[in-house]
Amino acid sequence: MDSQMAISGFVALYIFMLAAFAGWVIIGRVPAILHTPLMSGANFVHGIVVVGGLYALINASSVQQQIIGFFAVLLGAGNAAGGYAVTGRMLAMFQTSAPDASPKKTARAKRHPVKKA
Amino acid sequence: MLPTLPLVLIGVADLSAAFLFMYGLKRMSSPVTAPSGILAAGIGMLVAVAASFLYIFSANDATQPFLATNVGLAIIALMIGGGVAWWSGKRVAMTAMPQMVALYNGMGGGAAGAIAAMELFGGRAQGLMPLIVTLAGALIGAVSMSGSVIAWAKLDGLLSNPWRFKGQQAVNVIAFAVTIAIGAYLTLASLGTLVPVLGITTLITIFFGCALVFGILMTMPIGGADMPVVISVFNAFTGLAVALEGFVLQKPALMVAGMVVGAAGLLLTLLMANAMNRSVSNILFTNFGPSVTQKQGDIKGSLRPTEAGDAGIAMRYAASVIIIPGYGLAVAQGQQKLYEFVKLLQSAGVLVRFAIHPVAGRMPGQMDVLLAEAGVPYDLILQLEDINDDFANTDVVMVIGANDVVNPAARTDKPSPIFGMPILNADKAKQVFVVKRGEGKGYAGIVNTLFYGENCNMVCGDAQAVLVKMIEAVRPLGRAAA
Repeated sequence: MDSQMAISGFVALYIFMLAAFAGWVIIGRVPAILHTPLMSGANFVHGIVVVGGLYALINASSVQQQIIGFFAVLLGAGNAAGGYAVTGRMLAMFQTSAPDASPKKTARAKRHPVKKA
Repeated sequence: MLPTLPLVLIGVADLSAAFLFMYGLKRMSSPVTAPSGILAAGIGMLVAVAASFLYIFSANDATQPFLATNVGLAIIALMIGGGVAWWSGKRVAMTAMPQMVALYNGMGGGAAGAIAAMELFGGRAQGLMPLIVTLAGALIGAVSMSGSVIAWAKLDGLLSNPWRFKGQQAVNVIAFAVTIAIGAYLTLASLGTLVPVLGITTLITIFFGCALVFGILMTMPIGGADMPVVISVFNAFTGLAVALEGFVLQKPALMVAGMVVGAAGLLLTLLMANAMNRSVSNILFTNFGPSVTQKQGDIKGSLRPTEAGDAGIAMRYAASVIIIPGYGLAVAQGQQKLYEFVKLLQSAGVLVRFAIHPVAGRMPGQMDVLLAEAGVPYDLILQLEDINDDFANTDVVMVIGANDVVNPAARTDKPSPIFGMPILNADKAKQVFVVKRGEGKGYAGIVNTLFYGENCNMVCGDAQAVLVKMIEAVRPLGRAAA
């Protein structure tokens, strides 16, 4: 990227170590019920690769680079957009029947009326 | 002075994105805050993508003649890739979620591999360290891409049977060794230590080809029920590949986001493997073969079939019911009917809860998502460790489309391949109904002793059809007597 901020050697390893630790701790507290949305959420987060693809494509200086860069951005954008779409859909479905969530409960009761025999 | 401002802006955007990703994932630790968490992460992504276009202002002289085309291509690629994936993601059925996640994950791996290819073909990776890191990212990304595509094809039913042959492991080891050897040769050739027999470009192409083939070979023999682990592993792989390419491009946002996902994927992988009581390498590299099939003669007792309606009525007059859903429910798309039936039981005053095994379904937590889709409140959905002690004082357990996760052989039968795996104690309940399409064995190919127990009755048929019959039988009985 630019010369004023070179990440090299041990600095990179420190970044990797801290990020890995943060990821482990953040994810470690997620309840099993949310494992699927969590996995697809993590899947969405590594869609940030599209930014790397954009950087490489915008700086392309040959037709070959343009072609590969096009696919990098295409695939990266697919990863990000698809990951977001499915994660958002799944998370919107989780609801509780706890008494403190009364407005939600009535809304659901309206949607699924209990049929009388 | 001029070119630095865009770079500062990009730096700020990337930093915000990295923060929002971590903040978003943190908020995903509770169902209440989770929707805002993914929104935060989404905003981070949009900011980072928009800021990337500021690289136009820092393009060097060699790029200038290509710049307009590059920007046009970038916009087209974003629109096509993002648009198609968004469209498919909004439409895919919840039961097809594992294969969609596998597919999107493969795309990420492919993108990381393509970035590595640009660095390698462009000769920008100079020096030992950058070369090794670029090649490692390329290898992991390519393996993740081709492996994920195979996983997708298997989950989608395009490839039905695990593909196994004699000496498969040896072939896989050789394929991996050849890929590494070409990578090493490529590194030495690029450093000028030796003069390559083939051109550098050819070598790079062969390297990618070998990595892709290895990903396919590695995934082909793995069966459907092990897919939760495979998807976790490839998710972690893609994260790692993104992190490594982030280092090559000197983009800390990619390094951080990729590594967070890598660690998360590793954690989930280990959780899944623990839930199966198998090591990760055992799942990935050795497979259940026909050799472990048990003889039918070992089993005492016989299967007792019963009618769906009778089973439904038994549950209607029970005080407490626990339902254990498995992949068969997803295959039959029975989750809506299941909750309709459960609501009838609830209105009759029955305490109904759901028990989920960690590896039920084809990806971690898939059953939770299916039940949530049907509208089941998540406080009725309990995990193995929270509910396992309650089976003994439960009247009726309904096992619907699950098998190995309720097999008592895991507790007692030492030679059994699932011995030691934590199971749901369905056999301890007073009465068990097992809804199953056939009398076939589970994925592990072993007989389920639960089915032959004194307290167990089999309800044969497709989960959805059985539930319809149960609803028809229970509905006329009305609500609880006052």
